[in-house]
Order: sequence, then C-alpha cells, then structure tokens
Amino acid sequence: MSRSSVSQPIVRVARLTRQVPNGDGLLTILHDVSFDVAAGEAVAITGVSGSGKSTLLGLIAGLDVPSAGEVWIDGVSLFTLDEDARAALRGQKLGFVFQSFQLLPMLTALENVMLPLELAGRNDARRTAQSVLQRVGLGERMHHYPSRLSGGEQQRVAIARAFAGRPQLLLADEPTGSLDAASGERIADLLFELNRENGATLLLVTHDAVLSQRCGRRIELRAGALADADRPA
Amino acid sequence: MITTLRLASRLLWREWRAGELYLIAGALAVAVAGVTAVGFFSNRVNRALDAQAGQLLGADLALSWDRPLPAGAGRAARALGLATAGVVQFPSMALAGGHNVLAEVKAVGDGYPLRGAVQIATAAQQPGRNVRGAPRRGTVWIDSNLQARLGLTVGSTLELGDARFSVAAIITRQPDAMIRIVNLGPRLLMNRADLPATGLTGPGARARYQLLVAGNAAAVAQFRGWAGAHRQPGQRIEGTHGQRGGTQNALQRAERFLGLAALVSMAVAAMAIGLAVRRFMQRHLDAGAVMRCVGASRRRLFALYGVQLLAIGLLASAAGCVIGIAAQLALAQLAASIVKTALPAPGWLPLAQGMISGTALLLAFALPALVGAGSVPPLRVLRRDAVRPAATSVAGYALTVALIAALVLWQAGDWKLGGYVLAGFAGVAVAGAALAALTVAALARLTASGRFTAMRYGIAGIRRRGAATLMQTVALSVGIMAILLMTLVYRDLMQAWQHNLPADAPNRFLIGVQPDQVKPIEAFFNAHRLGAVTFYPMVRGRLTAINGRQVTSADYADERAQHLIDREFNLSWADAMQAGNRIVAGHWWQPGGRGGPQFSMESGIAQTLGINVGDKLTFDVAGQPVSARVTSLRDVDWDSFNVNFFVIAPPGMLDAYPASYITSFHLAAARLPALNALIQAYPNVVAIDVGAILAQVRDVMNRVTQAVSFVFLFTLVAGVFMLYAAIAGTRDERLLDAAVMRALGARRAQILRMQWLEFALLGALAGLLAAAGATVAGSWVGARLFHLAYGGSPWLWVIGVAGGALGVALAAAPAVFAVVRTPPLATLRRLG
Repeated sequence: MSRSSVSQPIVRVARLTRQVPNGDGLLTILHDVSFDVAAGEAVAITGVSGSGKSTLLGLIAGLDVPSAGEVWIDGVSLFTLDEDARAALRGQKLGFVFQSFQLLPMLTALENVMLPLELAGRNDARRTAQSVLQRVGLGERMHHYPSRLSGGEQQRVAIARAFAGRPQLLLADEPTGSLDAASGERIADLLFELNRENGATLLLVTHDAVLSQRCGRRIELRAGALADADRPA
Repeated sequence: MITTLRLASRLLWREWRAGELYLIAGALAVAVAGVTAVGFFSNRVNRALDAQAGQLLGADLALSWDRPLPAGAGRAARALGLATAGVVQFPSMALAGGHNVLAEVKAVGDGYPLRGAVQIATAAQQPGRNVRGAPRRGTVWIDSNLQARLGLTVGSTLELGDARFSVAAIITRQPDAMIRIVNLGPRLLMNRADLPATGLTGPGARARYQLLVAGNAAAVAQFRGWAGAHRQPGQRIEGTHGQRGGTQNALQRAERFLGLAALVSMAVAAMAIGLAVRRFMQRHLDAGAVMRCVGASRRRLFALYGVQLLAIGLLASAAGCVIGIAAQLALAQLAASIVKTALPAPGWLPLAQGMISGTALLLAFALPALVGAGSVPPLRVLRRDAVRPAATSVAGYALTVALIAALVLWQAGDWKLGGYVLAGFAGVAVAGAALAALTVAALARLTASGRFTAMRYGIAGIRRRGAATLMQTVALSVGIMAILLMTLVYRDLMQAWQHNLPADAPNRFLIGVQPDQVKPIEAFFNAHRLGAVTFYPMVRGRLTAINGRQVTSADYADERAQHLIDREFNLSWADAMQAGNRIVAGHWWQPGGRGGPQFSMESGIAQTLGINVGDKLTFDVAGQPVSARVTSLRDVDWDSFNVNFFVIAPPGMLDAYPASYITSFHLAAARLPALNALIQAYPNVVAIDVGAILAQVRDVMNRVTQAVSFVFLFTLVAGVFMLYAAIAGTRDERLLDAAVMRALGARRAQILRMQWLEFALLGALAGLLAAAGATVAGSWVGARLFHLAYGGSPWLWVIGVAGGALGVALAAAPAVFAVVRTPPLATLRRLG
C-alpha cells in the first residue's frame, strides 16, 4: 500500500460548511471549517454536544455532502467523486470506529472483522481477521455473536475490523463513549497502540478530555466553527 | 461478480444460521406448497378425467353420421396408426313374451370399446365383470331396464326385427351411459355381424353410424384435422371434451374451491412475506450503512441483497415444492377415489409454477425494499435517523402490486376469480386501515382519561405506533380471517353444500310420460306410497335461428356448442322458477304468462352459444317455428338431481305442441318392485336409475370436503406465519420502550400487563374486522361456488373478537416475555 508524501497532508479540510433545513430557514451545523492533518498524526476533534463534531467526521469520511467547501483525502478531492466512488475510497484508505460499535448482529466477531476484507475481495480475509482478533485479545471469542460480548469486547471487535484492512486513516467517533472508565481506558490504549503499529493517522471525535490529551493535536469546535486557537493563520 | 456471489452466499449462510431468514423462508415455502399441492392435484385429476372421458365415449374421438360413413374415414384413421371400431345405433322395438319395448340398440364390432370396458353380469344385482368386444353372434346383452320391462333373464329369447337372439348377459355399466341421461332408453348391445339378419337398417331407418378411433394424442389430433377437412353436412366429430359424466359439476366446483383455497393461502402467505421482508430490510439498514461505510458501492449492496433474496426465493420455493409433492400424495389418495381410476403420474408443470410463483412473490416484495437498501445513506452509522426514502419507492410499490396481481390472476387461471380475490384482500386492507385509524383516533381521547396505568400505556402504545398499528391490524385481520374462514365458515358451507343433496335426493327419473298418464301415475305413486312427485312438461325443439339468423353447428368452433345446435333441446314451461335456480341476468316473468312470449335460458349454455338477454331465439318445434326473446339467464344447480331445463317458456307458449312429462324422485331400494310394476303398467315410460351417479357425486362431495380441509391447512399455517410476522414487526420498538420504562422504574408485572393489553386490544380489533371479512367472503363463496345463501354466524363475531384478543395475546407471548427477559441495558445498548 502506497503512503502519502510527507509534504502532502493526509486530510485537508477547506472552508467546510453544512446547513440543514430548519422550519422556514437553514440551520448551520458547521461553518467555514478548515484544517490539515499530516500523515501519522493523532488528532482529537473536541467540543460540547451539538458543536458539530460528528457532522465534521461524517463529512471527512464522505458519508455526507457539505453545503460548501471541500475535503481532500490523500490528495483526492472527496466531493468531486460520486457516492459509490467515495465508498470505494473509504474501502481502500479509511477505517472506522463508532461509539455504538455498529457490529452486524447476525455475524460472529470473526465474520464482522472479515466483512470489509471480503468486500474488498481479499482471499486472506479469514486469516487476517483471525490474526487481528488475536491481536486485540479476542482469540478465544471470535466465534461469538455481538450479543454475547460485553461492550468493551464489542468495541475491540470494531477496532479489529477498522484495522484489519490496514487503513491509512482511522476515524473514530467517541470510541469510548459507550464504555465505563476502565474499559474506555483499555480501548483507548489499544487504539493508540494499533495506530502506532500500523503507522496510520488517527482522527478521533471525543468530548473526553483525558482521551483528547493523548492525541498530539486537538481541534476544538464551538457552535460549528473552529475555536479561535485552531483557526489557520 | 464471482466475488459478490461468493460473498452473498456466505452472508446468506450466516444470516440463516443466525435465524434471520426463517420467517421469510417459512412463509414462502407455505405459499408455494399450497399452490404446488393444488396444482398437482388438479393436473393429475384433470388428466385422469380426460382419460376417463375417453372411457365414457368408448374412444378418444368419434365420427358419426346418420348414414354409413365412407370407408375412407376408417382407412385414414388406420393409416395414422389409430385403432378403429364401427358402431351402429338405432331405436328398435324389442319383443319378448308378448311385450314390446322401444330399445336403444347398439351394434358393435370386435374392437368395441376402444377405451374403457363394458361391465356385464349374469343378473342385475350380481357384481359385474369388465369385458371388451361384441356379444357372440346370435346373442345380445341387455340392461336392467329392458330386462325388467320384458321380464327377461339370462338365457331368455327376444326378437329384434327379423332375427331372434338369446340374452347372454345383463349390462351393469357401459361407456357413454352417463353422458345423456334424458336421451337414455332401455339398452341392448348386439354383434354388428348380426345386423343384416334383423333387416332393421334398411332405407328410412333412424340409424346413427359411428367410427370410434383411439391412439396417441398427436395422431388423434391429426385425424380430427382430417375429419374436419372432409366433413360432410350432418357429420359430427366428438372428442372427450365435455364427456366427464354426472360428477363434472361437483368436480369443477371442487377444483375451483381448491384453487381458491390455494389462492387464499398464497395471498395470506404473501402478506406475511411482505411483512417479513420489510422487517428483514429494516434490520439490514444498519448493516447496509456499515457496508457502505467500509467500501461497498450501492450497486454492490443491491447485488449482495438481491442475490441473497433470490437464493432464499429459489431455496424456499424448492422446499415448498417438496412439501407440495408430499401433500399431493395425500391429496392423490382422495383424488384416486374421486376419479375411480389410477391417477397418472404427476407432470412437471406444477413444479415450474411453484418455483416461478415463489420466486416472483419474494422478488415482488423485495424489489422496493432492495432499492431502498441500496440507497441507505452511510451517514446512518453516525446518525440512526438518517434514512431518506428511496426515490423509486412509489414505482417500487407499484411494481409490487402489479407483480402480485399478475401472480394471483395467473394462479387463479380465471380473471374473475383472481379479481375477486384481489379485490377481497384490497378491501380488507383498506377497511382494516380505516377501522384501525378510527380506533386509534378514538383511543387518543380515551388515553387522557384512562384510570389504569397499564391500560393508559397499552393504549398509548397502540396510538404512538400509528402507522405500525395500522399495518399490524390489517395483517392480523387477514391472519385471523384466514383462520375463521378455514374453521367456521368452511365447515358451515360444506355442511350446507352436503345438505343440498339430502339422503332422499332423487335417484330415479321417469321420462316419456304422456299427458293423459300424468294423473294415473300420480295416483299410482300415492297408492304405492312412493311419495309426491311433480311432473314437468317437455317439448323437443331444435334451435334454428338467433336474432333471425339461421344457425348451424358449423357456425361454432366449440365442440359443445356444435353438439347443442345439432341436437334437440328439451323445452319446458312453468309459471314459477324452480328451486335451485337463480337469475343471474334479466328478470323472471310475471305470473300467469302476462308478459307475452319469452324464454329463460340456463347461463352456462347461453355462454357457450353466445346468447344474451334480449336475443331472439327461434326453435323448430314439431315443424313449427317458435320465436321469443330471452328475458332471463339462470344459474342451475345441476347437482341437486332435480329436473331442470336449459330453456323454459312461460305457460301458454308451448302448451299446444305435443309434450311428454318428466319427473325425478327418490326410490328406496325396498320399493323397486313397485317401480317395476309401474313400468309394466306403462310400457312407454322410461325409468332411469341415477343412483350410481348420485352416489358418485356424494362421494365427490365428501372427498372434496376432505381435500379442501387439507389444502386449508396451508392457509392456517400461512395465517399463523402472518400473526407471527405482524407481531415481530414491532418487536424492537417494544423492547426499547420496555427497556426505557424499566430503567425508569417500571416493574416487570406492569410492563407485562401493558404489553398484554396492547396485544389483546389489537387482537380484538383485528378479530372484529376478520369476522366481518369472513362473513363477506363466506357469503361470496357460498353464492358463487355453491349457490348457497350464507348469512354468517353470530359465533364468527364472538370467536373473532374474543378469539382474536386471546389468540393474538397468546401468539405474542414469546415476544412479550422476551421484552421483560432481556436486560434493559442490553436492549438500550443494541437498539438505543
């Protein structure tokens, strides 16, 4: 897998704005947000509830379309692509960890991890998924369904799924938000460890101060806009 | 593509293992099983009946004429590899012991009959044995009627024209004996080689010459073509069509009712499939969003789900076909005894029908949902409410409706029947939705004033899930309606149908009674305690013109129509319409013949001949033209074994023409000597025993009742699937509600009460609607298929409402217990 050059940011967000209809007018959720993330960085997007963190993450992943602005992933302009091409890009370069885990209930832990590999047509899906699950400490539980796993274990499966395809960029939305403090800390450790091992870029949304402190850089959102300190000069 | 197929099959296996597909597959298999079982049944019975019809005709095809057929006809048939036999039929006086009786004589050659067999015995009450071929020369076989009239036994001698014959056997059954009851006189079978010696077929004789042919279907069809091309005026070609004998009506009705049962089970199962597919797709919205998040394109997602559903469709349909085959084995037992012959092996057509129906049924429901799943916004992984409706959903649902309608019409094989079933289900759906909407609105007012917490929340649950409640009520109504139809309505209808043919239904016809014999014969009946009889006048007439235009059999392509034009009709007159008749178009005349000349015609024959109310018919009666307009069409219950007529006129129109009288009555076996005495006293009167046919019809009724019950089991199972699918539809919502309530301090007992109440209310509402639907459906089926007035039963309403409440509450028990058994945290984590 090719890695981006040092000079080019892995994520470039330029003047991103997102508005949604609200009654008669428009509600601005994100307003004119711009920043770069260099390859290998660990960046936390913080802010209070409703500040637009998850909307920003969704736009960076190409899950939603902005009202204005652009996002480049590894130099590729995201919104010049159609939805299917963005899905293909996600499959190649991105990994996801969600607050609510998003494991498919009818698949076992192993099958959940295999799914993105199988979608990518990888022949070694099973072997790779097994090895990643071993790595996250679930070697004994890989044939269990999500409903038989604890919250912490489910999130570990989700992390294994996110890293199985060795993505360049890992996006995490409140990865410890559904877990108790101890489990949350273990999950955070795992996330950072795997991120280091894979040499990936980590972009996580959190309102957990401890978790954000562990990132090399923090970007704070206030009412949909970057806090003054984070605005580019 | 290969990767997608492989992945789809893996996902399918995983889904199956996780139990996600049982409901869809189960409902689909039931729909296909019902359709296939009935398809097999109809297919085999029809083929057996066609074969049997050949036995009734004594051949696969008969060419007949009122003069000797040209030798070329027989040569043409034999050149095609067909077997042939010549038959000459004529009426003649048979003399014995100073008595003479007009008998129907049939002179046959060695090959007779080419299909079936003649059954003969040494005495009328002895068991018969099947024989083929003609009586030995110098001997004849006679039927019990002729035997009784002339007082003959085996070994007696009778005279026929210039020749004397010895009676060698009594005919107990003969091909074509059941075809034309009214034209049947005492019968005699002789060897054709003896014919010249009788001197009876010289010039002026009323003989009919027949060439019977039999062989493989293609050759028979070829010969039919040859005979059509070389047809001389007056020549008639008779096939096996319309030769199914006395049980045809009952069987046709059976087939339609079985078809209807299969259709209803398919329609109910279809709704269950619709609900199950909807739930499947809803549960897979998140999976779709996750897959899109990790790189699956819309097309890929569509292909993945499409392949999975297609595979379920094919596999479940195949399973349904297997169940259908097993079920038809049981049905075949019943069918074999109906058709009194070994059934032909099942053909492959019903299997193809089953596979196509099942797969199309699933795809019909799945396509709109598939389109929706393909366009799941991946943002749903971050925001669960981010589901936008698919742009093609309206077109998608229109496609569903069109596909289902096409499927039902195809299965029904009859636009009208299919249309009624579709309209019935649409009616229940619309009425159900309207009633549920009204109830929900009414409940909204109740909620505020409700004193009991459980009641308040139970009602609030129904109200809050407005759209889901509507769908659930409709679905539950259809499920309960299927069950009510299967149990109460069906039982009542079957009882009423069988009651139509009571133990003392007529088993004898008396024909050829002269006007001056009516009173003495009535007196004879009274004197011998044979019961009261009603005599109906009968005048014979040939239909010569419709609306002033001359008609001949050549004007009609339909074999039955040609037949009707060629023969004479039995016309009658009456002031009041007979019991068992029902006007389907026009009006019956005013009493006393005040409306002037007119005709009332049987609807089936009118349809065959293309005659409508208002058409002017001209009959040739005793050389005189008699014309009048048709003012009414009647449905006639031929199964009743009462005397009925295709064409009736009001009094005053036909009275002047030479008439004979006919009646039907029930003769107890012990009274047979009295009937024989009557026949001796009135030699011109012909008594026809239809007891055997009556017994056969009764037997068909019993078997059909069993067969339909059996097919209705599929409807019952489909109904249960429907209930389950309807209940499962809101399971996740209920789990979440209960989890929140329990988190807020609600006790398990309180939640149980709320849930039970909600289901019981839903069940009662659905039961009410189902009772109404079942009453309407019962009346329709009663009127259309059985000519019975069915007004429903008070039990329908009681059982519908109470049973609905209790049944739905019970059926929901696993779902309700799951709600309180699942730890709230687990639910909140999974669904919150």
